[in-house]
Order: sequence, then structure tokens, then C-alpha cells
Amino acid sequence: MVIFLARRIGASIVLLFVTSLVTFLLLSLSGQDVGRQLLGLNASQAAIDAKNAALGVDRPILVQYGDWLTRALRGDLGRSWFSSEYVTTAIAGRLPVTLSLMVGVTLVTAVVGYLLGVWAGIRRGAVDRFVQIFSVAGYALPGFLVTIVIVIVFAVQLRWFPAIGYIPITQSFSGWLSTITLPAISLSIAAVAGIAQQVRSSVIEVARSDYIRTLATRGLPHRNILFRHVLRNASAPALTVLGMQFVGLLGGAVIVEQIFGLPGIGSMAIQYTTQGDIPIIMGLVMLSAIGVVIVNLLVDLGIGWLLPKARTS
Amino acid sequence: MNLESEPLLRVDDLSVSFPGRGFRAPRNQVLRDVSLSIRPGETLGLVGESGSGKTTIGRAVLGLVPADSGTITFEGAEIQNASRRDRRRLSRDMQVIFQDPYTSLNPSMTVGDTLMEPLLAQGEGRHRASARIADLLDRVRLPRGAAGRLPREFSGGQRQRIAIARALALAPKLIVCDEPVSALDLTTQETVLELLIEIQQATDVAYLFISHDLTVVRHISHRVAVIYRGEIIEQGDAAQVTERPEQAYTRKLLLAAPVVDPAAQRARREAFEREFGRTAVVR
Amino acid sequence: MTQQATVPTEEPRVADAAAVKAPSVLGALLSRPLALTAAIVLVLIVLVVVCAPLLAPFGPNDAIPKNAFQGPQPGHPLGFDTAGRDVLARLLYGGQNTLGGAVIALLVALVIGVPTGLLAGYYGGWFDSASGWVTNFVMSLPAMIVLLASRAVLGPTVWVLMIVLGFLVAPSFYRLVRGAVAAVRNELYVDAARVSGLPDWRIIGRHILTVVRAPVIIQIALVAGIAIGLQAGLEFIGIGSGNTPTWGAMLNEAFNNFNRAPLLLVWPGVALGLTSAALVLLASGIRDALDDRSGEMRRVTRRERATLAAGRASERSAIAGDGRGALLSIRGLKVAYRKPTGPDVEVVHGVDLDVAPGQIVGLVGESGSGKSQTAFSALGILPEGGYVAGGSILIQGEEVIDVEPSTAAARRRALGYVPQEPMSNLDPSFTIGSQLSEPLRVRSRRGPRLTKAQAKARVLELLAAVEIADPERVYASYPHEISGGMAQRVLIAGALSTDPDLIIADEPTTALDVTVQAEVLGILRRLRDERGVGVLIVTHNLGVIADLCDRVAVMNDGRIVERGETETLLLSPTEDYTRRLVAAVPDADVVREPWQPRAATKEIA
Repeated sequence: MVIFLARRIGASIVLLFVTSLVTFLLLSLSGQDVGRQLLGLNASQAAIDAKNAALGVDRPILVQYGDWLTRALRGDLGRSWFSSEYVTTAIAGRLPVTLSLMVGVTLVTAVVGYLLGVWAGIRRGAVDRFVQIFSVAGYALPGFLVTIVIVIVFAVQLRWFPAIGYIPITQSFSGWLSTITLPAISLSIAAVAGIAQQVRSSVIEVARSDYIRTLATRGLPHRNILFRHVLRNASAPALTVLGMQFVGLLGGAVIVEQIFGLPGIGSMAIQYTTQGDIPIIMGLVMLSAIGVVIVNLLVDLGIGWLLPKARTS
Repeated sequence: MNLESEPLLRVDDLSVSFPGRGFRAPRNQVLRDVSLSIRPGETLGLVGESGSGKTTIGRAVLGLVPADSGTITFEGAEIQNASRRDRRRLSRDMQVIFQDPYTSLNPSMTVGDTLMEPLLAQGEGRHRASARIADLLDRVRLPRGAAGRLPREFSGGQRQRIAIARALALAPKLIVCDEPVSALDLTTQETVLELLIEIQQATDVAYLFISHDLTVVRHISHRVAVIYRGEIIEQGDAAQVTERPEQAYTRKLLLAAPVVDPAAQRARREAFEREFGRTAVVR
Repeated sequence: MTQQATVPTEEPRVADAAAVKAPSVLGALLSRPLALTAAIVLVLIVLVVVCAPLLAPFGPNDAIPKNAFQGPQPGHPLGFDTAGRDVLARLLYGGQNTLGGAVIALLVALVIGVPTGLLAGYYGGWFDSASGWVTNFVMSLPAMIVLLASRAVLGPTVWVLMIVLGFLVAPSFYRLVRGAVAAVRNELYVDAARVSGLPDWRIIGRHILTVVRAPVIIQIALVAGIAIGLQAGLEFIGIGSGNTPTWGAMLNEAFNNFNRAPLLLVWPGVALGLTSAALVLLASGIRDALDDRSGEMRRVTRRERATLAAGRASERSAIAGDGRGALLSIRGLKVAYRKPTGPDVEVVHGVDLDVAPGQIVGLVGESGSGKSQTAFSALGILPEGGYVAGGSILIQGEEVIDVEPSTAAARRRALGYVPQEPMSNLDPSFTIGSQLSEPLRVRSRRGPRLTKAQAKARVLELLAAVEIADPERVYASYPHEISGGMAQRVLIAGALSTDPDLIIADEPTTALDVTVQAEVLGILRRLRDERGVGVLIVTHNLGVIADLCDRVAVMNDGRIVERGETETLLLSPTEDYTRRLVAAVPDADVVREPWQPRAATKEIA
């Protein structure tokens, strides 16, 4: 198990390194002239060149990357070109918002999706029908469309929740709850549908397997077979899907933060990418890459615990 | 042994290994210095249990698996690790019948298309190929109308006969039969074996007949070789190897296979337990 | 084997238990109303959008500011938007851009993903590893972040962003194609094609592409939906190409001006929703149609159950009550299967069978004879769709058909089951010891249920009884760590663990080597000799019957054809079918003569 983990961590580090390199190269090849952007069209060439030199963008790309990497490993992600704030500070300021959203959504998705899927797979019949329709519906409509409808119905018409704004949990728990609920729900719907569907098929498939049938002949009560054996074997694929959903959730969070006016990483991403602020963009990309890596490691850990066979591969 | 007949196929000191599972695992030695030969029109039965490597020999002869060392000679020419083009030419002379009648035919191709495939691969014209297919179906005693139907409309035994027809399409000199009757019902086994013998008598094709069943093997083979853990431990005439084997392992295989006469079977069982005892299993 | 030449007659076609549907995608589609509707809607939308110049008299960017927010008027059926532009025109031209963008993303994804998946799946090797790595890398990047970053670098043109999206989505096609190809590549018919001398490209064309077609089509529909959604989403948050009309941009403007003209949201919202939904429904419709085998078996309704039970009860009262075996007694058993379409199929047509305590009875027949169905009925483990249509089964004198499920389960505790396939009958996620001791800790047949330590001791004892050399090690092992022969012994130990009076073994040695088979049969025999356990063994191997059984019953086509003492039946069978079976066993006396070269035989002739 330890070797398995160590190998996965090693692979993840390589992944992060490659991500940073590729991203940096692609961003730097854009040919944008930062100096000109900052100083305006009327600035003199000399002033622009001086600005570019000050920012360090006149050096060869690989040198710039090396510089970025050595500083990043020490925790210094540089300064934004446009606002001059430290990248780390800027991100840290907005991270809690996104984090509270993502954690909440992931928990809701995992729990609700899993329970729905298990219920449908075991009960079959009407419940199964309902879950299947719900799954297709959850997938069928683009997330932001559903979000629009939710905002209009619950925030504008019914006024149960505020349409825009964010109250940190440190300030007021109920306030935080009221501002986070609609965003969390709109993000969860598609993810819950996906998980429920996957869990449902896994449960049905495992319940049909030979070893479950053989266990039944040994006098094990239905309940034991279900909770110990069926669920354990059916959960691994669901965990994998959860990991994949997380990547999609990051994207969805960007849009949801924008719609609901949450001052998180997502809306930050929109604001800064429009400007072409490379230090900030590098920070954001690395942050999301690290997030994905952590989630994948957790998923691998979970699967390793659930499926002994997976530990050796 | 008649000296004037050069062997059709000769395998000399063939060794095959597969990569091990997992990171930096040692290679899995499947065949170790295996040697055998088959003369034109002869059937060599190859008997072994699971994991013995018997299927790998067949696949190595057919070129489906690369050889680590040793030589495979067919009609005087070395063919181990031959190029794709050379193998293409060899296909005219060497064909295969697999064990599983359900997955050895493409389920979405009609029987006619399946039989046509080897002919088209060797550049035969469609017209001649169609005539040949009708012949082949006759030979394996299937109706001519079968050409337009899909494999799923046939039983296991019938599908195996289609596989035999496909193997015969190019009039090969050697057919590798990899457990061709193991997946069939008893009554069907009998008819398929009779068909294979009849075809051999009519066309002088040679068989490498791979099986785990000694009684089936002795029925169709002139000579029998026994393989255990990648090594040939005994070879000889069918009667000798399957009635008076020299090796203890062959004797064990022989005694372990039950016969249909209960009294005789009791005697065999007692002989088996006397000689080989009851060993507790380690692996 | 007889020496007379028997002309092989054409065997009857084996009725497939599950009729496999023809793989025609179109045919499958047309038979499902939901998918058909989705397909029609999709086609209509595409047509309308493509004919935009014909249907919309005005350009999408022609703005008449004084008309801003005006409602429908003649010539402008959907009214005006926030800048005085015709909504219908923007909708139609916007559709062109939105759908066109998705098509671009799809094409890029297909061109990159499908060929690479094909090569990786077919050839494996370094290309497979390398592209696998690249795929993992790309799939771990959140699409939205990459698109935003790309926008910063490449500018806000929709088409360019869609090409980037294509790259991001290509891995899903790569994985799909690679998986399908790798699965088919090792099929025997591909090997046969290689042996026939078919070149690789023709093998791929004839055998592999057909398998890949359907999943790719389904994936196209799904990915198209995602691409449209992502693109519209980007436009909606204001990232996009300014004046180019798209549905997302329309939604953005409408949302920002919701209070003034709520209706403006409706048109692009409906267009987007309909297209997306149609694509997803189409995809799942195709997938369901191709997966037809897993369609819902018609469930037995309560009324049907009652009718069936009544029928069985009246039959049972007509069954002779005397002379029934003390351990297991089956009378008039009928087993049937529900089909997804059409009437139920009966596979066992009235079978009588008895097993006395301490007796070993064999049930022999060829495939499709119904022997396994009989065994499953006694154990109560008929597969999905199967049910007992009539008859009575007594276990130690107690009925198990048509009684309360809990009563039947309690009565069935006298039975132990040894299945055919060793590996697939062990739970891969638990150690051997854990899954074997679990039933003992829940309840025990004789006395109170066992503690953890007691259960472990008992399981170790059982593992030793089935001749496993190191019970402790096997106890702690997982199923994937032991061999097939060892697994079968574990399963026998498992069957023994509940202290049964009768073991029902379904082809227990068919998947084993002949030497292992001899040992396993020995174990079963000793179990009867030492513990008095009765055995019902289902097999197609007459040698196994001769070796093990006291009595034997021969089954053919759902009926028992002959029964009796083993010695009598095997040496002097009375029925034709039995005779044919016994005759089909290769005659031990017949052996092939030594080889003669062709010339020599010709001389003799």
C-alpha cells in the first residue's frame, strides 16, 4: 500500500511539473506586449522597453520559466503585472470562498448521489425509473441554464435567498448559509445525476455477480450481503467518477461564482485572464492542478482501501 | 521411423517468455527448450494441463507469439520471428482451429464472409472464392445456405465446423488445433473428431493437436508429446505413451482421467492414490 | 467410440437465452419513441439554423435603437432585444455560431482522439504508454480554466476557443476507442485473421472498426451537448467575441436586463435547452437500444404470483406423497424464464429426483438439458427472470416452494452449494478467512452463533479438511492471490461451513485440470464417508459419475430420461439417449495406429 501511494505521489509531482512548464510556455508564446498594455498606446518605445525589462519579460522564455519555478518552489509566485499585488496574497484572499463552495458541493454530491444510486439499484421499479430520468435530466441541460432558472425562481421571484453576494462563515453562519445554498445546489445537480447513475449501474451489476449468489447460499441475511459485500464492491467505480466530476466542478464553479457574485477564485480567473496577467494565471492554473492532484490521490487511496486487487497494479 | 520423410515442421530448443506483471517483475518463462517434429499427414498430440505452455507452442508456431531462442523450421525454412510478409506466404500452408467456437468467429460477419477472408487475404478472386466456399461447406457437412447466415444462428458444434472449414480454405499442409473439442458436448465431440480424421485421410494434412484430454488425444494422434511446466517430458507413439508411459507425470495424468466403467474406475482410483497419495495443496 | 461410420446429422440450433439484437444503429433508434423524438427535434433545429438567411429577413446585427425592448411586431415575430436587434435573426444566426462552434470542437476531438486511440489499442507498446500519459495530463486540466487562459493568450475568437476545446475533449474519444479496440484485439477471430495473412489495416477495417462505431456515435452526441454548454457558458459570463451573436451572449444580455424584459431569456434558453436535451436523450436512447439485453425483465406481478402459486398447489396435491427421499425430494419440477418480449419459456418440464441421506447422486446431461436449473431451484438461486412454474421440492421433508421466503431460507440451511467457476465465486474485496467466517458469526445451525475466535478456528479446520497445506496463510489471503484449484477447495470449505446435510455441486470440476479434479472428487467422497454428507453433483462428464456416484439420473431437454444405479446405467443403459451418451465417450481401446508416409499407404491400397 505504501509503495502504491509513493508511486502515485511521484507521478503527481511529475504531472504538476509538466503542467507548469507547458502552461508557462503556451502563455509566453502569445506574443502579447505587456509593457504596451500597461503604459497605453501613446507611451514611447523606450518607456515600454524599460517596463518590459523591469517585469523581466524580455528574457528568453526558458530563463523566465526557470526563474518562476525556483521562486514558486520557495512559495513566492511573483506579483501581478496589472495590480502589483502578490499572487499568493491575491489567491489566498479569495480561496476560502471557493473552497467552502467546492467542499460543500462535493460533500452533497457524494452523499446525495450515492444514496440515490444505491436506493435505485436496490429497489428497482418506480424509484429506479425516477432516478434514471433525473440523471438524464441533470445531464441534459447545461449547468448555467439550470442556474439561471434557479436564480430566477428562488432568488428573484420567491426571494428565499439573495441573488448576489457572499457572507463569510466567520461573519455569520446563517448569512453564509443563505448565500452559499443556491450556488451549491446549482453546481451539484449535474454532478449528483452523474454519480447516481454510476452508482446505480454498479450496484445492479455487482448484485448480479456470482459471488453474491454464492454468499446467499451460505445463509447470510440479505442485509449483511447488501451492506458489506454489494456496496463495498460497487463503490469503487463511483469513487473514480467522483474524481472525474471534480474536474468538471472546477469549471462550473467559475460560472456560478460569476452569476452569484461570489468573490472566489473563479471570478478572479475571469477578471485576470481577460487582461492576460501571466503571473496570476500561472498561480490559478497551478492551484487547480494541485487541487485535482489532491482529489485524485484521495480517490486512489479510497479505491486502494476498497479493492485489495488494485493495490498491486 | 521412415527416413525418407523429412519432417514438415520441426521445433528445436524453443524458449518463450512473457513480461512479468507489475513494475520490474521478472519475466515469466513459459517454454523451456522445447523440441518436437511433425511429418506430413501426421497428427502430433500435445497434452498438458493449464499453465503447461501447450497453447503457447501452438501460437509460437503460428507466429502469434515471438520466440526468445531456438528455431522453428517449416519445410526446411526457418520461420521463427518471421516478417509479416513471410508469414503471409506461410498462411497458405499453416492454419488454425481454436478452442472456443463462440469467439473464434466474428459475430457480425456472415459465415460466407468469414470463409472468404483467408481466400481474399491471399489474393484469390471473388468468383473462385465463392465456388470454393460451397465446396468447403460440403466437406464439413453444413448446408450451402449457411454462407448467408450469422454465427449466432448455429450451435457450438456447427460453429466449430465452420472454423474447420475456414482452416481448410487454403488447403494447408499443417493445422494447429488448439483444444478444438474441449468446449463441445460429448456427442458433438465425437462427430467433430471423426470429421478431422476423415479430412486428414483425404487431404494428407498434418495436425498439431493440443489438448488436456489424454483419451481424446490418443484417438486422433499418431504420436503424443506430454508437456509439463514448459518442458516436453515424454514423446512417442500414441499407444506407448498413453498405455505404458515412462514418466510418472504422464502416468498421473493417465490415472487421473476417469473411465466410464465404475468397477474399472475404482481400480484406477486406488492405483492413483497408492502411487501419488493425497498431497495437501500448497499453491 | 463405435467403428461404424455415422453420418453426423445437423444438430438442432441452440436457442439463445437472450436473443442478441442486430447491431444496426438506425433500426434500434427507430423503435424507441423518446430517442426518435429527440432525433427529429435535432434535425429540425439544425435545418432551421442552417436556413437562417431564408427564415430571418434581417441581419443579426442590424440595430434600430428606438426599437429596443419592443415586443413582437409584424415582421419581427419574436420582438427586439436590448439594442433593438431582431431577436429571431439573432436566434437563428446565433444558432449557426453556437452549433458551428460545437461542430468544430467535435471535429478536432475526433481527428485527434480516434486514430490515436486506434493505434494505441491495436499496437500497444510505447505509443500506448506515451499517449496514455498525455491523456491523463489533459484530462486533469479543468476545461474552463484552460479556456480562460487560452482566451488570454489567443484572443476572444469563438472558433479558436472551440479548437482548444476540441483538444481538451479529444482524450475522452481516445480512451473510448482505445478501450474498445484493446478489448477486441485479443479475440480469437482477430488471431484467426492474422493467421490467414490479413494485413493489419484490413484487420482493423473489417473486425475492429465495427465494434468502435456505436460507442463513438454515442460519445459524439454527448460531447456535442457538453461543447455547446461550455461555449454558451463562456459567452454567458461575458467571455467571447463581442458582436458575434450566440445563444450564450443572448442569454447574457437577457439575464442582465431581466427586470425590463424577462421574455428575452426564453428564446435562447429554450433553444439551448432543447438542443442539449435532444442530444443527451439521443445518446442514451442509442445506448439503451444497443444494450437491449439488460432491458427490464417483466416483473412478476402480485396477481400473477398468486395464480402461479395456486396452480402449483393444485399440482402438488396430485403428487404421490410416498417414496420421497428423506434428504432431498423433487417432484414434477417445472422451471420457466421470463423473456423481455414474447411468452415465457419453460426449460424444465416436470422432473422427479431423490437423494437419500449420505447418498451421492449424479445429474448428468449435455448443455441446455436443464440440469443446472434443477439444482438452482433446489438452492433457491435461479437467475433473474427465472422462476419455478410448478412442482414440489422437499428438503428433509419440508417444502420450500410456495412458502414464506424466510421459512424457505431456514429450510435451505441444510444445503451447501459448490459452484462451477472458482474465481468468480469469491468476493475479491475480502480475505478468504473473512468471507468464510462471516456466515458462522451470524448464525449457526447447531447451537449459538460463534465468536470471532471460534469462527476462525472452525474455518481453519475446514481448510485443513479440504487438504490445504497452509490454512493460516490462505485464511489471510485475498482471492486474487490463490490459484484456481485452491479456490475450488476454498469453495468446498465454504459450502461445508454451515454444516449442511446435502451438498449440491454444479459442475465443480469442469474448470479444473484432470489431476486437480481427481483430488477434488476424492475430497467429496471422503466428506460423505467421514461426515455422512449427501451430495447431488451436476455434470456432463460420465467419468466423474462413474468415479463418484451411487445413483445417477440422465437429463435431456428438460426431462429425466433414465435413472438408476450407476453401474447398471452406465454399463447397460436402456434408453436410446443414454446409449448415445455412453457411446460418445472416446473408447479406451481404440487408438490411432502409428503414422505411415503417404506413398507407403498408396502401395498397400
